Amino acid sequence: MKSKDRNYFKILRAGINTTYQDLGRNNLYHIGIPFSGAMDKRNFQLLNSLLQNDYNSPVIEFAYQGPHLKYFGKDIFFCISGNVSFKIITKEGVIDGNSYQCYLLKNGDEVDIHSTNKSVYGYFSINGTFAVDYYWGSCSINTQAQIGPNNGNKFSKDLEIEVIDINNSFNKRKLNYLGSTIENIRVIKGTNYDYFSDSSQNKFFKESFKITKLSDRMGMRLEGPKIENIVDPNIKSEGLVKGVIQITSAGDPIIMLSDHGTIGGYPKIATVISADYDRLVQLTPGSNIKFKDVSLEDAETLYKLYQMETNNLISQIK
Amino acid sequence: MIKNILNLGDAALYCDFGNDVNQEINSNVIKYFYHIKKLNLKGITNLTPSYNKLIISYDLNIHSFLSLKKKIENIEIKENKKLEKNLIKIPVCCDNDFALDIKRVENKLKLKSEIILEKFFSKNYFCYMTGFVAGMPFLGDLAQDMRLKRLETPRVKVPKGSVGITEQFCNIYTFETPGGWNILGNTPQNIFDTSNQSNPNLVNPGDTIKFHRITLDQYNEIKR
Repeated sequence: MKSKDRNYFKILRAGINTTYQDLGRNNLYHIGIPFSGAMDKRNFQLLNSLLQNDYNSPVIEFAYQGPHLKYFGKDIFFCISGNVSFKIITKEGVIDGNSYQCYLLKNGDEVDIHSTNKSVYGYFSINGTFAVDYYWGSCSINTQAQIGPNNGNKFSKDLEIEVIDINNSFNKRKLNYLGSTIENIRVIKGTNYDYFSDSSQNKFFKESFKITKLSDRMGMRLEGPKIENIVDPNIKSEGLVKGVIQITSAGDPIIMLSDHGTIGGYPKIATVISADYDRLVQLTPGSNIKFKDVSLEDAETLYKLYQMETNNLISQIK
Repeated sequence: MIKNILNLGDAALYCDFGNDVNQEINSNVIKYFYHIKKLNLKGITNLTPSYNKLIISYDLNIHSFLSLKKKIENIEIKENKKLEKNLIKIPVCCDNDFALDIKRVENKLKLKSEIILEKFFSKNYFCYMTGFVAGMPFLGDLAQDMRLKRLETPRVKVPKGSVGITEQFCNIYTFETPGGWNILGNTPQNIFDTSNQSNPNLVNPGDTIKFHRITLDQYNEIKR
């Protein structure tokens, strides 16, 4: 490709954990490959809707600190979702950008994504497609198993990201959205709930747990009151799903997230409901979690409400 | 053959085949797994077979727990249906640099290293399941006098290709990961192949494994 025909971003600073993500890969748990995919599915969906992209188009996910990108090529629009601080650097000067709003980039312009605010994940994409390879039907990068584009590794400085299929009939759009937070993380009791003493079962729902720094795309480790196991600190290894809360031998909860190991041998005290997963993953280390017990029927209804809320937001994009 | 179906969260069925770990129960899990996989039901997003459980993840937009549970309960599988089994030979080098825990195993089992390795290589092993990390096979069963616990403190990094034992099982580390199994050797063979997307796993549930011992020279030859 002649360089003047190329449209690409150069990574001037990679950020902390910057990867391509889409909706992830299905039906591979049995060989040990997790779903992966964007951690916060609502922000993923909103971003592709804002940019009028296909619903499963690749986006760039970043955690805490995002990348600093310099663009080369013909005019393009970009948008960022999540609670994110970023600057747009053009020949005319520097402006602060707002999430959920599309901006024009010309050849030589830069986007510097400083940080996510009181949240973990943010998303960046353009009115076009990143030229990525697909592995088992997904371009999500799983750094643990080194699966995905960029040899399954997170972005590094000087990487060049090719853009293709720029949508020339695109009109700038925006959404007024402040994000959503909730007080409690709602869970359904787990298959090994009765492995834990009555007082520990009580503590699990009455007291709060702190999110530790040992949290990433694979899992979230919590600390708080020790959960006492009165049966067996191990079970015969069996399948896990995202949102499962296992209690380690030390009595601490660990929540399985999108890149989790597919099987595990710690007892399962509870599972986070699907409706609360996006909000769970956005909780930062140091913040506190309180769990609330709901029934399976309620969880199914809450998921429908969550979907309605997302669709409602999409319909408000103008 | 499924004793009970519970929910695991709001988007997965937890099919319970019992509490024991043996090849009979596990073969039933694997039969269900292959059967349901073949049905290609819309809205099933993952199937996770393990020793005695099968977890079925589904898309909440398409299924609810009760409706899918009914579908799975109505599946009939012939008890006598034979499981397809492949015999796979895997070379292992037990040179000192690879047999990271041989001293510990000697002490715990009170056997000499040559006896331990002789016993290890004399048996064929059945693949119960694969997973935790991509392609890692969980194999069994080790001889009664070969069983010991995990390391008290797991390693932060177990080298790729390591062959380990714990309790009645052995495994192969397909990636460098944290782990607590007792490492007896290392295989130069690639057990998980990312570039082979139709069949990335060398070993699949239900297969039989025959390990054979190789020298360091042979190891380096294969690795090249």
